[in-house]
Amino acid sequence: MSSETATVQQVALEKDDVGNFSFPENHKFDAGYGLTKDTVDYISKVKDEPQWVNEFRHRALEVFESKPMPTNWATEDLNNIDFDAIRYYLSDGAKPKRSWDDVPPEVLETFDRLGVPEQERAFLAGVEAQYDSEAAYSNVKDALAEEGVIFVTCSEGLKEHEEIFRPWFGKVIPTGDNKFSALNSAVMSGGSFIYIPKGVKVKHPLQAYFRINSENFGQFERTLIIADEGAEVMYMEGCTAPKFETATLHSAVVELVAMKGAKIQYITVQNWSSNVYNLVTKRGLAHEDAEIRWIDCNIGSRLTMKYPGVVMKGERARGEVISIALANDEQHQDTGAKMVHAANNTTSNVVSKSISVGEGRSTYRGQVHIPKHLKGCKNNTECDALLINTNSRTDTYPAISVKGNQHVTQHEASVSQVSEEMLFYMQQRGLSETQAMSLAVNGFINDLVEEFPMEYSVELKRLIELEMEGSVG
Amino acid sequence: MSLVIENLHASVEDTPILKGLNLEIPTGEVHAIMGPNGSGKSTLSKVIAGHDDYEVTGGKVVLDGVDIAELEVDERSRAGIFLAFQYPAEVPGVSNANFLRAALQARMPDGEELDAVAFYKDMYAKMDELEMNRKFTSRAVNEGFSGGEKKRNEILQMMMLDPRYCLLDETDSGLDIDALKVVAKGVNSMRSESRGFLVITHYQRLLDYIKPDVVHVMADGQIVKTGGPELALELEENGYDFLKSA
Repeated sequence: MSSETATVQQVALEKDDVGNFSFPENHKFDAGYGLTKDTVDYISKVKDEPQWVNEFRHRALEVFESKPMPTNWATEDLNNIDFDAIRYYLSDGAKPKRSWDDVPPEVLETFDRLGVPEQERAFLAGVEAQYDSEAAYSNVKDALAEEGVIFVTCSEGLKEHEEIFRPWFGKVIPTGDNKFSALNSAVMSGGSFIYIPKGVKVKHPLQAYFRINSENFGQFERTLIIADEGAEVMYMEGCTAPKFETATLHSAVVELVAMKGAKIQYITVQNWSSNVYNLVTKRGLAHEDAEIRWIDCNIGSRLTMKYPGVVMKGERARGEVISIALANDEQHQDTGAKMVHAANNTTSNVVSKSISVGEGRSTYRGQVHIPKHLKGCKNNTECDALLINTNSRTDTYPAISVKGNQHVTQHEASVSQVSEEMLFYMQQRGLSETQAMSLAVNGFINDLVEEFPMEYSVELKRLIELEMEGSVG
Repeated sequence: MSLVIENLHASVEDTPILKGLNLEIPTGEVHAIMGPNGSGKSTLSKVIAGHDDYEVTGGKVVLDGVDIAELEVDERSRAGIFLAFQYPAEVPGVSNANFLRAALQARMPDGEELDAVAFYKDMYAKMDELEMNRKFTSRAVNEGFSGGEKKRNEILQMMMLDPRYCLLDETDSGLDIDALKVVAKGVNSMRSESRGFLVITHYQRLLDYIKPDVVHVMADGQIVKTGGPELALELEENGYDFLKSA
């Protein structure tokens, strides 16, 4: 169960596509193709996990196998995932390095090209860099560690910080939440465990980068972030993979817990290649006066299904989902938000903007739940779609269930187009068709991008320009 | 230096609109085209700009000696053609300042960045000339603009992009007299020996403020009469009825 190739060379690099390169595989540990009980045991053994984790995995595998594909409401394309053609664990060892100097050269070069060490030096408080199944690098600035901030991989978290980790693990998103949360629970590897102690406000963002390098592979990182009372943290994740002929699976589970008065902001800028099935479950639990905010940018992938949610469990808790999805040819972005109001005077806000280009398809699914016994809850939902070219398709399925009469909700939806007239106008001022399209798309999402930290808004604009270059002319 | 239109034929969806049109606009001159609705005036400006709804079926447009048939819309723009639209499009979410910067940046050689400080200084000076509020720079292009604001914006863009040939399509439509004066002032400030203008208008009124050197009358896709500024006054007096009897 191992492969050996030690030469450092890139096998594919296309111009203007940042993530589209890969190195020969160099894994000490390979769980092989297909998913059985042996796969689960193999992963547990490589990670040297406690018994309870192994049992957790086996139960999850049973749940995964017992649940049907959710094609009764989701796309039939899910049936094209061949679970036997995927490898569920590939790594060089379970222990991440604390210094980039100790990271294998091809892995270092990968993250260098993606700009991760550079960003770390410039503005990050801590970084985790995952390469296939495990983090190759993980480090947090000394000053934060001294304040008691924990930022480690999930595997380290469950072993070394069990007393904090275990009470919340799998509580926000139970194994059986959906078929893919069960899959993740069975074969999870990598991802982050973060704990911010009471009252600690982390000024600079913590970042994780999830990189898929290998073909016929599934990445299943698991993240748990706990912000204790009054704590604040911003976490960002970036994702890329090379474009392979065969399908790649990425199925993560992310759980956030914001204790009383805490604030968690979770920012995703993903740029998957168009062979990746990206099926991710993300949810946060907000206690009294806490705030959880998901900022979710979905670019690329063959199919993304992701509906970040917030359960507002304590009074005056706030939940927010701000999402941008761009679906190009051969891509389907099926995204949205879930807001569960479970206490009085809770507030939620959902703003979703999707862009469909060419044959690209965007779907918005929203769920807002306000039960009858509560009072003073507020929800605002806005979803706007931008269509570029006539073949694009967009669907909106908002489900707002409000019971009782002491709440305020509003919902707005719009569909617009980059019209020929607009393009002609912009081109008449000297902008090429690509520049005009990029500007129109950036204009469409502009009010959301203003909410991002600078570094990420620049990155997002650049990614959109690259997408538009590929789709015009 | 001149913009020459030679025996130009153009159709939209197989319906001929321009039917052998000839026109020469040398730099240093202001030419006006007047004509009844449906005579093809706006089509002419869009064909010169390269709009792909219009198929050129004969003749050519020659820019300073070069046939521009093969040039895309944006290439024509960068080569020096500016069209002030009758109905400028809205570009939601893109501020006027960013739009202008992008348009100017598109004219810079590869690898060179526009000087942002100089850009704002220049833009503010021109906005003052057009009596535009500074807040305007952060508003989205033409979104929610009044008719007058849109036309001022067209003239501001024209002043900033410094084109060699300016085509003004019914710039006077939707303008009150004060706005018309401001817009005309902007245009007049750009008149120079190195620039040519084609002013398309239905009414003589605009030509009180932008004095043309040459006036053409267009009907059924052709120039049917050419004269001095007095021709515009004549048309104002007698209307386009002479076309029917001619």
